[in-house]
Amino acid sequence: MIDTHKSGAGVGSDGWDTVLEVKDLRVHYATSEGDVIAVNGVSFNIYKGELLGLVGESGCGKTTAAMAILRLVQPPGRILNGQAILNGTTDLLSLSKQELRKVRWQEISLIPQGAMNSLNPVMRIKNQIADGIETHEGKQPKKVLKERILKLNTLVGLPTRVYTMYPHELSGGMKQRVCIAMAIALNPSLVIADEPTSALDVIVQRVVAQTLLDIKDRLGVSMLVIGHDMGLMAQLVDRVAVMYAGNLVEIAPVKAVLKEPLHPYSQLLIESIPSIKERKPLKITEGLTHDLRNPPPGCIFQLRCPHVTEKCRVEVPPLQKVDPRHKVACRLYE
Amino acid sequence: MTTTTAEQTVLAKKITPFFKRWHSPWLNGKLLLGLVIFLAMVSIEFVGPLFWDKKLAFMAAAPTNIVPIWVEGIPGPTFKPANPAHPLGTESQGRDMLAVLIVGTPRSLRVGLIGAGLGMLVGIVLGFTAGLLGGWVDSLISTLADVVITIPGLAVLVVIASYIPQVEVINMALIMALFAWPLPTRLIRSQVLSMRERGYIQMAQLSGASTLDIMFKEMMPNLLPYLAASFTGNVSAVILAATGVETLGLGPTRIPTLGMTINNALSFSAIFRGMWWWWSPPMVVLIIIFVSLFLMTIGLDEIANPRLRGAES
Amino acid sequence: MTKPLLEIKNATKIYGGGFLQSGEKVVALQGFDLTIPDKPAKIITIAGESGSGKTTLAHLILGFIDLTSGQILFKGTHIGEMKRSQKLDYRRQVQAVFQDPYAVYNPFYRVKHIYDLVIKNFKLARNKREANDLIENALNAVGLQGEEVLHKYPHQLSGGQRQRMMVARAYLLEPSLIVADEPVSMVDASLRAMILDIMLRLRDESGISFLYITHDLSTAYQIGDEIYLLYQGSTVEKGDTVRVIENPQHPYVQQLIASVPVLDPDQRWDSNISLPDDERLRAHAESGCRFYPRCPQRMDRCLTQQPPLYQVDGLSQQVACYLYDDRPHSAK
Repeated sequence: MIDTHKSGAGVGSDGWDTVLEVKDLRVHYATSEGDVIAVNGVSFNIYKGELLGLVGESGCGKTTAAMAILRLVQPPGRILNGQAILNGTTDLLSLSKQELRKVRWQEISLIPQGAMNSLNPVMRIKNQIADGIETHEGKQPKKVLKERILKLNTLVGLPTRVYTMYPHELSGGMKQRVCIAMAIALNPSLVIADEPTSALDVIVQRVVAQTLLDIKDRLGVSMLVIGHDMGLMAQLVDRVAVMYAGNLVEIAPVKAVLKEPLHPYSQLLIESIPSIKERKPLKITEGLTHDLRNPPPGCIFQLRCPHVTEKCRVEVPPLQKVDPRHKVACRLYE
Repeated sequence: MTTTTAEQTVLAKKITPFFKRWHSPWLNGKLLLGLVIFLAMVSIEFVGPLFWDKKLAFMAAAPTNIVPIWVEGIPGPTFKPANPAHPLGTESQGRDMLAVLIVGTPRSLRVGLIGAGLGMLVGIVLGFTAGLLGGWVDSLISTLADVVITIPGLAVLVVIASYIPQVEVINMALIMALFAWPLPTRLIRSQVLSMRERGYIQMAQLSGASTLDIMFKEMMPNLLPYLAASFTGNVSAVILAATGVETLGLGPTRIPTLGMTINNALSFSAIFRGMWWWWSPPMVVLIIIFVSLFLMTIGLDEIANPRLRGAES
Repeated sequence: MTKPLLEIKNATKIYGGGFLQSGEKVVALQGFDLTIPDKPAKIITIAGESGSGKTTLAHLILGFIDLTSGQILFKGTHIGEMKRSQKLDYRRQVQAVFQDPYAVYNPFYRVKHIYDLVIKNFKLARNKREANDLIENALNAVGLQGEEVLHKYPHQLSGGQRQRMMVARAYLLEPSLIVADEPVSMVDASLRAMILDIMLRLRDESGISFLYITHDLSTAYQIGDEIYLLYQGSTVEKGDTVRVIENPQHPYVQQLIASVPVLDPDQRWDSNISLPDDERLRAHAESGCRFYPRCPQRMDRCLTQQPPLYQVDGLSQQVACYLYDDRPHSAK
């Protein structure tokens, strides 16, 4: 039975008001030479009214994990295991297709990568948003619908005239804000935004990020923001989860991760970001060194870690609490 | 450095070479099936004469109106009973049907291959020129191609063919090529236009490659599946057009072709008289040829455009 | 005095708007000036957002498109007037590294093909052994080994490896100038430093100048010697990288730098900025400053004519803004 009660979060297993609880998510991609382990037992919680950033480099599995939560993984990918409990009651990964369709967009919505380029070029903005609403809530009276859409527009900071325009008449930033409007149209508890600003200019990026923060404040909606730009995360999110090669290695409030990253990979990632405030020598590192089909036994980061020991080579360090809200998967902190 | 050693150990187990990847798409089921059937048709030219006498394909080479061997009795007063010397029977002018197939099939194939080949050649030259040079040259060639496409080809072909006294395979192929060049031209031009902006073409320019180098060494290899698909499609079209023209009686008269055989059958009222073994063998062969070319074209289309392959890509 | 390596004078590129052409007139680049001296080698950053004209500039310098007006002089000779042999020499001296490390490889060939092409066309080696030595040398300069990578196809290598091989290819030709158009934007964050470091080393050890074209001001700040900031086809500020980025004078540049996300959650963006309704600013050849619609400090004067470059700090920092019209200006 689905719980369509929309008053908000349930209580997660760690006692806080949780909107989404992901447990031991595993996703594999079949290839002709064996399975690529894209997501390797990832667990995390998203609390009510927070923005969680999911960070990692290309191939780390962040997009795959998000797609898995929404059950959008296509063959040759498959979800092996895991739970994604929404609002404390509904496990997304075990719903039937019909039940899932009811939950999608109304409880949890998605702004996919490159969303702004996927707007229907032959439909006016108002019709696209209306489409989205009516698909899930059935036919609406015209006047009510128009008011709703105009309100959404204002919420994301778009001028009224956008209502009747076509996508090609809008700039990149405006298109992205239309996508955000569509994602919040049905007032979901959680929005997943995959690289929401990656193709945008710096100043526009700031405006879109501000829009996301505005929405969080006004609607109380939680968000999972996926990206690779730590700088943006610093400005936007409350907590950060760092992924490496399919594994979650650290999860903590953003300030903690940036000021004092604990996991050696987080440290490496943060050190390699060039700053615009201070000129200093570049920190050079190697890239991903193992084949995703054949990860090393033990800790996933052992091939690049400056603190590696024999124990790391055989035992997988579990994600452990170092602080009430800070978890690391590294034997240095056992 | 530990990192390098680990990297090398892992690299040793890396993906198998390009060979495996590049050949998997080429091992397309439809392409292979079509190819096998087509080659079987081509081989008739070489294998046939080993078992059968080609001379039986000419007029008055055998007794007329013999029914095929699996027919019992005589379906009509003018027919003669089955004779093992002529398994597919003979027609009203004394030609043995099996021999006709053995002689006629290669000729139809030749018209198709040469006509389409010439059309492709012209198409490659014009298509590349239009795509790479652009400007008025492009406009000229494109407009010309568009005009020729809209002209009713068969009608013009009939007119031309009726003026040429001796319509041999080569002449027929040349006439067909006149109408076979616009589509390859358009195809290649559009591919060249999209390839021109690719990064590796810009790189080749920066590396001092001449225009010819770029055409043949950089663009062509990536165009091969498209070219091949266009070619097989064209062969089909040319054979169809040539057969059409021949069926109207405008083909070579001395040595039989598939189209001319149908024409003869029609002139002698074979349908009316129930002489199905006169007009159906050429049709069956033509159908087999078309089906095989169609399979090849579809297969090559799938190779050229991975999105058509379905779930695996 | 030796002629400068590259001198761009009043370069303008306008698309469309002509009699036989479709599309409205777009001024991609206007009145652009740049000088790269022969020595010492420098990394000159051309920074700007989309629509700024930086890619157009790269294509003009590399000879993919022609100028509408103005001149590009390579060691004194206008590239539009070069004879064939001069053009070949130009191609050798001015090389490029592009943004997409995959698209620049022909998927039909193994990666060694890119080296074979240049060695053959520029006659860099007399026999196979010399060629292989050259290639190995170039690969080592970027931290790669021939036996690990040369026999592979592009899709079998990582983005970082492919991009390094492209730099090696440019290095092989011993050029005077490498135009690097967003060389690290499609490469993973942890690998960017490696490629930027290669650029620095090539500048210091091999005397190769770079034209580093990017929208990422952080990397520009880290490795650039000089910087030119473009907005809608015009130079709005230019000068010494450190000076410009630490103390921007042009309102656009100030806004830009303030919008670069800082890695410190305590230093969040202080004020909300809003873009005016008409974000779709088309680069028509209107008179006046292009930034007028978005400028928080605009004046009526700004509509009359595009401001020239004023020297705010001698030649180390020049700004195209009427706010500084009391300073001396460089003749336009």
